[in-house]
Amino acid sequence: MLKKRIIPCLDINNGRTVKGVNFENIKDAGDPVALAKRYTEEGADELVFLDITATNERRKTLTEWVSLVAARINIPFTVGGGIDSLLTAQEVIDAGADKLSINTSALARPALVQELAGHFGTQCVTVAIDTNYVDGKWKVFSHGGKKATNLEALEWAKIAADLGAGELLLTSMQGDGTRSGFSLDLTARIAAAVNIPVIASGGAGCPADFEQVFTQTAATGALAASVFHFGAIAIPELKQYLKSKNIAIR
Amino acid sequence: MIAILKYNAGNTRSVYNAVSRLGYEVSISDDPFVLQSAEKVIFPGVGEAGSAMAYLKARELDLVIRELKQPVLGICLGMQLLCAYSEESNTEGIGIFDSQVQRFPGGYLVPHMGWNNCASLKGSLFEGLDLNADFYFVHSYYAHINADTVAAADYIVPFSAALQKDNFYAVQFHPEKSAQTGNLLLQNFLTL
Repeated sequence: MLKKRIIPCLDINNGRTVKGVNFENIKDAGDPVALAKRYTEEGADELVFLDITATNERRKTLTEWVSLVAARINIPFTVGGGIDSLLTAQEVIDAGADKLSINTSALARPALVQELAGHFGTQCVTVAIDTNYVDGKWKVFSHGGKKATNLEALEWAKIAADLGAGELLLTSMQGDGTRSGFSLDLTARIAAAVNIPVIASGGAGCPADFEQVFTQTAATGALAASVFHFGAIAIPELKQYLKSKNIAIR
Repeated sequence: MIAILKYNAGNTRSVYNAVSRLGYEVSISDDPFVLQSAEKVIFPGVGEAGSAMAYLKARELDLVIRELKQPVLGICLGMQLLCAYSEESNTEGIGIFDSQVQRFPGGYLVPHMGWNNCASLKGSLFEGLDLNADFYFVHSYYAHINADTVAAADYIVPFSAALQKDNFYAVQFHPEKSAQTGNLLLQNFLTL
């Protein structure tokens, strides 16, 4: 039986892991390679790395740390941040990433999803959607949650899937870093509307939150950052808890 | 020396890293002589069947692979290309395994992405592995079950998770991404 995936997410800034709350107030959370290795040993099913470095040096540091991670860990990992062309995508894949996560660049030019899927296969392309509940609608945001778009999350999810995304990484911005639980209605609606795997993200605070997202929505993966980085939830105990609730877990 | 086939659809870097971590000398190559003289050959793959097969044929690497006498391990797309036929771009494969490869049916979540266990494990690849061990899969096409199937997995339909015939071994999952379980399987292959 296919297992539900527990996915720690590492935001990387200038080669360090960082984490904020609601996409703000960024704190240092350690060396990404050491953290990645620890999570792998603890039983993480996949890892996601999002490079939020805002400097021109980003591409160079990106491929450097992706190579370091690839040399040290033996579980799949996704890399996002600044991938806006086949060329940058190829550099990240050559450095050893298994999947590419694209967000702002896909919103700016949706054909990028198609190009990457055509070149690397749909399984390689994760479209990350950052969304927040504004005036009664789940609006999509770009630029790391800073810019509102006119798109609604459900609409963009369907477009991305049709263009060849192999997976969606759905982040509820109002949940991000708050530990108030995943946005279940949003996740349920989107996961039911597409025929590709959906990873729920934003708001994980306790093991019961993971249980809810796996029992009340069709998400096949759940992503979290701060609860893992700062020790609120240990992956082995989380997995034990979910197994005790009869959820399929490795 | 372990050779990893270099072609246009490889996740060669991950396989290279995994085999190196186990302490083996590895070469990534498309040179027929290097492939023929290696102790073992790994045929990795992430990508699209049609363009991958066209690339191999243009360099006659399909013929080189078919004639290899040492243990060969196909991984994911590598496994599918060792089969007789893939529905993906209507591609004729290398034909070691008399199996058809087809797309998972519509109306379900595709790709099959994540950790899944296998049933009816047999043969030397799985020696010493936990029968319920999970492996990491990510694929949209699957090989039918046939006489060469040495492990079956179930996602929407039952399919071949591993095939074995003579010196040819193949797995649909990614041992190089399957943590400790994957290491054990690679180690089994490398010590054949």
